[in-house]
Amino acid sequence: MKLGVLCSGGKDSLFACHLAMQSEEVACLISVRSRNEESYMFHTPNVHLVGLQAEAACLPLISVETEGQEESELADLRRAVCEAAERHGIEGVVTGALLSVYQATRIQRICRDLDLWCFNPLWYADQESYLHRLLGAGFKVIIAGIFSAPFDETWLGRLLDLDTIEDLERYAEKYSITLTGEGGEYETFVIDAPFFHKQIVIDEATTEYCNNHGVLRIKKAHLEEK
Amino acid sequence: MILIVDLSWKPRSLSCSEFAGPVSTIVDNAGRHPVMVHFSEIHRKITENAAGIILCGTALKDNDFASRAEEFTWLVGSPVPVLGICAGMQVLCQVFGGKIYPGCEIGMTEIRVIKTDPLFVEEKVFQAYELHSFASNPPDDWVITAVSDGYVQAVHHPDRPIFGLMFHPEVRNRDLIVRFLSLCREEPGYQD
Repeated sequence: MKLGVLCSGGKDSLFACHLAMQSEEVACLISVRSRNEESYMFHTPNVHLVGLQAEAACLPLISVETEGQEESELADLRRAVCEAAERHGIEGVVTGALLSVYQATRIQRICRDLDLWCFNPLWYADQESYLHRLLGAGFKVIIAGIFSAPFDETWLGRLLDLDTIEDLERYAEKYSITLTGEGGEYETFVIDAPFFHKQIVIDEATTEYCNNHGVLRIKKAHLEEK
Repeated sequence: MILIVDLSWKPRSLSCSEFAGPVSTIVDNAGRHPVMVHFSEIHRKITENAAGIILCGTALKDNDFASRAEEFTWLVGSPVPVLGICAGMQVLCQVFGGKIYPGCEIGMTEIRVIKTDPLFVEEKVFQAYELHSFASNPPDDWVITAVSDGYVQAVHHPDRPIFGLMFHPEVRNRDLIVRFLSLCREEPGYQD
């Protein structure tokens, strides 16, 4: 079955892509770039770099822009999925939804309207074992945004490794964050994945930080042999 | 051992982790031993060793199970408690003489408990996650325990611990699965 993977550039969508590749054919990545930083559906700090990830994975990318208003961004997502179906013949969509009924419900409805399959292979996965599977599979992931206490500026750009997972587990226990950041506590960016033919090297990035909120804005990056 | 049956269109599909995976995690966290098996790979030895059986849901477009009802007739003689979730409830209705028909719900839905049973200990209204393109009418002698505005949402067999839930309890209503597990015989060898 040919599938399109909804991709924000973060760990969940690209790990879902990795899982989809184990049993089906991933025909393209699909990204929706939102101009609204408050978007529940699509906003991530470095979504403009999904194109570089697609290039690293040797996958075509369908990318659309949205103003990010609640109703129009769903229409824009639908437009992107339609384009993926027309250009690449996808029969279904894969998402990295973990716990968000809000996101999953809306994507399920769009897929039903378009007579497409919808797969959420990380849905309600055990969060701790998911993070360890991610590392075990060879993903290299950095923290690209923080949006809640007690995260501070030192987290921006930090590599997701065993020490980071330990710290996240401590935060989850003490401050009730979701371990995987599904509650919007932090965002990630994938710089390498097992299906990337090249890895992403960041040449230039800036940080913006204030009161436990911050983003790592990647200004310039390139692909390098692994 | 609690047998978690994957009802997806093929073994080890991309849907298995989405529908059987979360149920297996709940069973494991409850201190029971989950074993996930695709319905096409069920054999007598594995069902004989089960203390309970949970039939899981499928993707919205995946209704392959409905055309393969003959592969589920072993459920009729099951000596242990059975819980059918979404597609699982549809299978139970089919093999015990009820019907399924096109009927779609997606997302959070209001459920009204109209009769208490071992899963629903009180009559109440609650929100549950739905994802189905077919709905079920149970056999005439089965008991309907919960409904939504559009559809039958929960049923049980008149005499045996066999239950069906149209919604997905693994999302937001995990206590129902834990309550089902309490009806399955204890297996000291598998306890933590």
